[in-house]
Amino acid sequence: MMITDELVTYLEALGRIRLPEESRAKAQRDLQEILQYIDTLSELDTEGIEPLSHALPLTNVMREDEVQPSIPPEEVLANAPVRKDNYFLVPRSFE
Amino acid sequence: MNLETMTALELGAAIRKGEISAVEAAQFSLRQIETYDSRFSCFVTVQDDILQRAEEVQKRISVGEYTSPLAGVPMGIKDNMCQKGVQTSCGSRMLANFKPTYTATAVEEIMQAGAVPLGKLNMDEFAMGSTSETSWFGATKNPWNAECVPGGSSGGSAAAVAAGECFYALGSDTGGSIRQPASFCGVTGIKPTYGSVSRFGLVAYASSLDQIGPLARDAADCAAVLGEIMKRDVKDNTSVATQGVNLDAVLHYDVKGKKIGIPTDFFGDGLDKDVAATVQTAARQLERMGATVEQFDMPIVKYAIPAYYIIAAAEASSNLSRYDGIKYGYRPEHVDDLLDLYTRSRSEGFGMEVKRRIMLGCFVLSSGYYDAYYRKALQAKALIKAAFDRAFERYDLILGPVAPTTALKIGENLADPLKMYLGDIYTVMINLAGLPAASVPCGFDRKGMPVGMQLIGSYFHETDILGAAHAYQQVTDWHKRRPAGLDNL
Repeated sequence: MMITDELVTYLEALGRIRLPEESRAKAQRDLQEILQYIDTLSELDTEGIEPLSHALPLTNVMREDEVQPSIPPEEVLANAPVRKDNYFLVPRSFE
Repeated sequence: MNLETMTALELGAAIRKGEISAVEAAQFSLRQIETYDSRFSCFVTVQDDILQRAEEVQKRISVGEYTSPLAGVPMGIKDNMCQKGVQTSCGSRMLANFKPTYTATAVEEIMQAGAVPLGKLNMDEFAMGSTSETSWFGATKNPWNAECVPGGSSGGSAAAVAAGECFYALGSDTGGSIRQPASFCGVTGIKPTYGSVSRFGLVAYASSLDQIGPLARDAADCAAVLGEIMKRDVKDNTSVATQGVNLDAVLHYDVKGKKIGIPTDFFGDGLDKDVAATVQTAARQLERMGATVEQFDMPIVKYAIPAYYIIAAAEASSNLSRYDGIKYGYRPEHVDDLLDLYTRSRSEGFGMEVKRRIMLGCFVLSSGYYDAYYRKALQAKALIKAAFDRAFERYDLILGPVAPTTALKIGENLADPLKMYLGDIYTVMINLAGLPAASVPCGFDRKGMPVGMQLIGSYFHETDILGAAHAYQQVTDWHKRRPAGLDNL
């Protein structure tokens, strides 16, 4: 698998991040090297093996469906970088 | 009374007997932090209410309200566990000003046992790293040699215990982040079975692998901490009810007749000779104590790192999508539009290693590559679990090294991420299989840096792991050695 410049740009878009221009080339090389190593996994015979998401047979922990006080707005908004009244403020997203 | 060499349990007992007060213990730790932290940078935040808390705890011990063997003992918390009103940065610029409005369950539990938290301990950004160098707040140094890394990601936790700045610490382990720094800093640390400690309030990295656990001076202290925090929690839907850890059983554990398996594949290329020899010596010690030790093959080891980095990166890219610059966290000024807000918040808020794992995660989950990478990794995970299941049909414990080397020099691996990832070879499998495993000090290399052995147990067999570790620590003194020069600054 080749990590091209276009693929780096695509992954930046998917992850909503932008690499600093000066570290792009190195990031591309690093990703290439990591992926090349990860590709050794293709040697492993996994024919007929069920993918395993959790090692232990976990069951959902359910809470009783009881009405409880919700978190007060002041606490919800306490860490908001920008707020207006009881709202999170964001840039205009459509005209 | 020599507080510098006391374990948490010894200090707890002295407090209960009234030989020293919780306030005096806290004052001691504050002096230790003042003396050593400028040198090792273990703490990101030192709390300003330590003495008030210690006074309150002392009162509650005096009236018999706090009865835990750890009540009144000063401790530290890795900076990825939420504590109401206390900055929880996760070692990131993204959360540099984040003050949670709630407390993580594990922290809540240890507080209810009468813990006196000193502050928040440094770590690799978002727990992604094995050196504690990727923290936005700078690198933590190894108390055994300040030119070396303490390991990571719970590097601040391990270094603070080794430097005597706290009596024990909570850390978290996604691919070795408790065990590897414990090994590098010569302290004892355990990652319990997945699901046995609540993850509620732990900042998520890779949720199917993350687990909270203690780092301390010895196995008995680890058992005491686990005894307080291994509880089922309705706020974590992967939480399981366990028998907990029986401290008494740990203290009286006998390894005589126990079967210990050593995977030959843990001793292949890339393992430092000193580390190999030290761990083999520990195996012979356990043999002399009456255990039978034999080798077995575990060829799946070579696929552990690829499988781990696919799964961990995939979950990280998903978990970290919550950082959008809106609800909490870093947000730049003067953004153009919503996309610009997301992209710039994340680009300026996250460091390089976090960006790399997000991109890797986006790749392995993206359309066209999902089956070849993510699905394949989950199949490898099934095979890894099966290999351990087979091993535990024959052995009570599995023994091996924690890491291929001792602590590296600061900066040595920072520019080479793959080299850093390869250092996780013996630890990541345990997280993929969800098993409990500890790092136990077992000697030093020729440079005088600590070596840890890894003791792996079957699901919920923390008592066996810590029991064997405790028995080993009764006849060895590696865990009692302290870095030179701590007392004569």
